[in-house]
Amino acid sequence: VKKLKVYLLLSLSAAILYACSKRQAAVPETEEIKFVTPANFPGAVYKFEDNPLTQKGFELGRKLFYDPRLSADKSVSCGSCHQQFAGFAQLDHAVSHGVNNCLGKRNAPVIFNLAWQKEFFWDGGAKNLEIVPINAITDACEMGTNLTVIVDFLNATAPYPELFKNAFGTATINSQQLLRALTLFVAPMVSANSKYDLVMRNQKGQTFTSDESAGYQLFKEKCANCHTEPLFTDLSYKNNGLDLLSKDEGRKIITGLRTDQGKFKVPTLRNIALSAPYMHDGRFNTLLKVLDHYTSGVQQHENLDPKLAGGIQLTSAQKQQLITFLNTLTDDEFIKNTAFSEQ
Amino acid sequence: MALKNTFMLIFAAIAISFTSCKKEKITEIDEKGNFVIEFDNVVNDVSLVLDSKDYVNASGETFKVSAFKYYVSNISLTKSDGSVYKVPECYILVDAAKASTLLNELKDVPVGDYTSISFIIGVDKERNLAGAQTGALDPAQGMFWTWNSGYIFVKMEGTSPQSTAADKSLTFHIGGIVDPNNTIRTFSTDFTTGNPLRIRTDKKPQLHFKVNVASLFTGKENISFANLNLTMGGANSVRIADNYVNGLFKLDHIHN
Repeated sequence: VKKLKVYLLLSLSAAILYACSKRQAAVPETEEIKFVTPANFPGAVYKFEDNPLTQKGFELGRKLFYDPRLSADKSVSCGSCHQQFAGFAQLDHAVSHGVNNCLGKRNAPVIFNLAWQKEFFWDGGAKNLEIVPINAITDACEMGTNLTVIVDFLNATAPYPELFKNAFGTATINSQQLLRALTLFVAPMVSANSKYDLVMRNQKGQTFTSDESAGYQLFKEKCANCHTEPLFTDLSYKNNGLDLLSKDEGRKIITGLRTDQGKFKVPTLRNIALSAPYMHDGRFNTLLKVLDHYTSGVQQHENLDPKLAGGIQLTSAQKQQLITFLNTLTDDEFIKNTAFSEQ
Repeated sequence: MALKNTFMLIFAAIAISFTSCKKEKITEIDEKGNFVIEFDNVVNDVSLVLDSKDYVNASGETFKVSAFKYYVSNISLTKSDGSVYKVPECYILVDAAKASTLLNELKDVPVGDYTSISFIIGVDKERNLAGAQTGALDPAQGMFWTWNSGYIFVKMEGTSPQSTAADKSLTFHIGGIVDPNNTIRTFSTDFTTGNPLRIRTDKKPQLHFKVNVASLFTGKENISFANLNLTMGGANSVRIADNYVNGLFKLDHIHN
């Protein structure tokens, strides 16, 4: 009888072990990824409350992000104008280059640290991260299609139905799942491991060189008002005197206010060395040209930010020091993170 | 002995089932019923016919209608004692081109006699700012602005010889949630004293609304297509919303 008990116990534990290993094998199916707020960052705006961050959702979002078949002529994916090596901006393109070789009106913005933003685009017109892709999807000069066409394509094209089912648990794909999957890919794009971050967090024994340090002091005196740390933007809309009269009305298109005419969102400076060209219309192709604008090119637009009224005073040596500091905002770990690359 | 026990068990079971019945009776105070809202699209006194028929606005200008769509949301019903029932998660998109959208059944409303109804013409601010939605609020419905994100609450498209647009078109896309260009408007109407909306478990009363396209162009001010033939949010959309706030919907009758 004793022997039988032991045998039963053994078989029971074997069954438990079997069940456990089975469950473990099933874990990656719905494995949740933890979204970690960097130590030197504030709390994120996007909370993943209705859209839990899972590995399956993230991978599906990545596949959609890099799939050019979603565009009207199957030539343009999200990744076409948002290239990882350029901080997910589009290198060497003043304005984005969409379907049928059509050129857009504005410079493709970088994609990272979006979970900290409430408003998107140069004019802040999109007010929730999940709905941002619709604009690029429907713009005649970007992807030139619409949500219905894409949803129909996905429902009819293997392996998408299965991938959506694994990620969201439903048999039919709808536009909400498409947009949420894309969000699950872009929201976890966090760039917070540049040399600057390591110095700030006293990690890996990193310190600024004397030029970087001098550049950082200059930055804090002359730039940080708008390009506020740690996101390197205060997320406000400013006119920085590019033109006396703005062809692009900028923020006014959204608010209708004359006082917003020619204002654009203050862009982040993270990965700025990689994301040329600069400004909402990509008019400057080097950081030196940007700094030259601030020292000697500022136009007295009626909505010019008052702090820029007299330009920014910088010697050429100081400009070089600033650029040296801006280079410390390049985050190689993010730029080379294969989790965000086309597979 | 065994027989006695069996009887005891049966009695106990009957007793339990009786008490559970009683319990259900108590909860029957929460009886619910359904009702239907019918939207009957018109231009003043005549039915709306898309594309072909000519109408005249308050400024005497002729026009045709090619599209007429609008949101009705956040419906609430009030009883004579002042208690309010808010229909949960209620977003209706009416499209004059889709007959199936004209009849809308609302379910599980607590029984009782309701004396008035109110609803938002459009979509509440919170839902405009929320992320990707489904159903009536799916951005694929063509009632969502992507460049200045938010819902188009009322969409009227057509043509008029008086329009100064190149193709004589009329484009009235009304939306916007931020002051001073907020176009969220609430409509409410009382039911006739003798004929409240009677929600019962075994009936399906119908509210029949006439929805008047012409109300966009008169009310607070008469709109001339020679001066205004295109608006997609902004100050001119506010003018249209202020026009239709009281005139777009008119309760025609209730079938109890």
